[in-house]
Amino acid sequence: MASWQWFHRLGSPKWLSGTIDRWLPWVLSAGTLLLIISVVWGLAFTPPDYKQGNSFRIIYIHVPTAVVALAAYYVMAIAGAVSIIWRMKVADMALRAIAPVGAALTFLALITGAIWGKPTWGAYWIWQDARLTSMLILFFLYLGIMALHDAYQDSASGNRAAAIMSLVGTVNIPIIYKSVDWWSSLHQPASLKFTEESTIATEMLQPLLLAIPGAYLFFIAAVMLQLRVQIARSEKNTQWMAERSGL
Amino acid sequence: MSIESSNINVQPHDDPTRSGLTLDSICCERGDRLLIQDLSLHIADGQGVRIEGPNGSGKTTLLRVIAGLSQQYDGQVRWNGEDIRQNASSLATECLYIGHLAGVKALLTPLENLSWWLSLHIPSAKPISQEVQLQALQSVGLDRFADTPCHQLSAGQQRRIALARLYLSEHRLWVLDEPFTAIDAAGVVLLEQRIAEHLAQGGMAIVTTHQAMNIAGFTSHSLSVMSANGAIS
Amino acid sequence: MSTIHRDEHAPIFAAFNALLLRDLRVYFRYRGTWLNPLVFVLMVITLFTLGIGPDPSALSNHAAGIIWVVALLGIMLSLDALFRADYDDGSLEQLLLSPQPLYLSVLAKILAHWFITGLPIVLASPLYSLMLGIPFSAVPALAVGLLFGSGILSFIGAIGAALTVSLRSGGLLIALLTLPLYVPAIIFGSQFVESAIEGWPLMPTFSMLLGLLIGAMVLSPLAIIGGLRLSQDV
Repeated sequence: MASWQWFHRLGSPKWLSGTIDRWLPWVLSAGTLLLIISVVWGLAFTPPDYKQGNSFRIIYIHVPTAVVALAAYYVMAIAGAVSIIWRMKVADMALRAIAPVGAALTFLALITGAIWGKPTWGAYWIWQDARLTSMLILFFLYLGIMALHDAYQDSASGNRAAAIMSLVGTVNIPIIYKSVDWWSSLHQPASLKFTEESTIATEMLQPLLLAIPGAYLFFIAAVMLQLRVQIARSEKNTQWMAERSGL
Repeated sequence: MSIESSNINVQPHDDPTRSGLTLDSICCERGDRLLIQDLSLHIADGQGVRIEGPNGSGKTTLLRVIAGLSQQYDGQVRWNGEDIRQNASSLATECLYIGHLAGVKALLTPLENLSWWLSLHIPSAKPISQEVQLQALQSVGLDRFADTPCHQLSAGQQRRIALARLYLSEHRLWVLDEPFTAIDAAGVVLLEQRIAEHLAQGGMAIVTTHQAMNIAGFTSHSLSVMSANGAIS
Repeated sequence: MSTIHRDEHAPIFAAFNALLLRDLRVYFRYRGTWLNPLVFVLMVITLFTLGIGPDPSALSNHAAGIIWVVALLGIMLSLDALFRADYDDGSLEQLLLSPQPLYLSVLAKILAHWFITGLPIVLASPLYSLMLGIPFSAVPALAVGLLFGSGILSFIGAIGAALTVSLRSGGLLIALLTLPLYVPAIIFGSQFVESAIEGWPLMPTFSMLLGLLIGAMVLSPLAIIGGLRLSQDV
């Protein structure tokens, strides 16, 4: 006699799997479309910056990836909290799915930031930029979570460890950001000003406003793809998965 | 998966407020392996259950679930009718667990080891005197080694330190995982006596062991868990 | 027998005191517990000076950063043993099953460990000043900064130790988990030392260190308890 929790536990990933099957094509194509439009618009149809020339155009990749990379950490931490409080299997899968996608986005934001840095500051990497330094630490936080997942033979324990770590990271991220910000302002030579808020022209802003939701949709699609793998892995012994793959 | 039982109180839908320990449809998975499926049983005052089964049948896992160490299981463990997931402290105050590991610090003496354990598990305003602790050590034949660092003692002697807790315990439920490991024949007899005493006083015990137990309260409540490999289907 | 004779008003700090005493006893009986991290710190500082070069002004320029990174590594590496010994001998099981508040037990363990590893590193501050050419007037501030900072490092590092206690490959993984979390501590800690060397006002960075210490002390046991509990499911 199996209790209802047993069915509930098995039922949830099945429902999620169906939902992903239904939504993935739409999310993926909408995200790709938005990204293509915004990048083409940004690269070809906006005027060059009077100071930075054409090199500023990398913001159409850098800014959306950086924004989504940070948001992804918080989404991951929410999944971690849900997993700890309600012990939801799907939340654990979400955590496992988001971590590599978030890490990849952070890495992309770092690379594009460095490429942008070369013509702007004359070096690929300068520590004075607080946001880039914070991004690097965010990248390390993602890698730590992934390392925890890998280290545990027992995936359930690994899930709980990663969930706790994601919450610890969430408490720390604002403190890390603030302290790095303070540190970089302290060590900034007087001739260089990076924290100065630059105003952005409307023509330049418009493609960016498309690129950010595009990046979010793309992120969701990537997480869905990862989730599919997670579901297939953890549900491989269930009947519905056997039927599904038999089809 | 099969549960061989004789005279065992399997009552999954019994009165939830009844006293004692109730396991309700316990399922345990480790990795892809299903260790325990749908196990239900009840232990009341004065009863003892011996859990037996081949290696890998989930005996240790079951005991860790009951003691509240393992959190990965489906179903309910109830102590006096209360789910231990909701109220862990009521079981914690009344349960004594001795696992495979003795829980003995090698750099401390047997007496020091007993004393920290007492502060954690039998906290009281007036601490249990050293004489009483020495008596407990005497009961397991370690009084001559009371002040010898444990790393100089044998494996069996270190285990006896853990078992000395049974002579100080006021806990109602004893959860003992292979308590006879590394214990000599004379020690086994003493230990069985102590467990019988505990049951006679209205205590409960769950013991895993590969050897037969000659205790009155145990014979009628034996349970064996067989291994169940393979897929959930 | 079946009636519990336990005193309902058992002292809440009974387990705290017992664990503090027990761990200190264990640590004192093996002098490597306090000696090894200290020797490690002195050796790495020596290696830093060999790497940077003997120029006194270059050394004192980097002194704050060197001391903090080295102290951080020493404390972090020693934390690997914080829960591992208990995990291996089974006393962690007994700790987790105790009806006494686990929060206080965890605090007791960290405090005992800090007392035996963090405190010697703090007390050796005059040695660092000799080795790196820090003016003696800055030594009290250096020691105070390390006193609070080593506490922060212990509490945060203990999270990593708890999350990896059941894993054989703990050491490096602890580093991966905790080093990013050490960023605020190292920023304010080394700034505090630098302020002391340069004679700048100390209060702003000191209050930040104090805030970090209180935050770490209050919050980290929650994550540590979670980590220790999950170690029992393997």
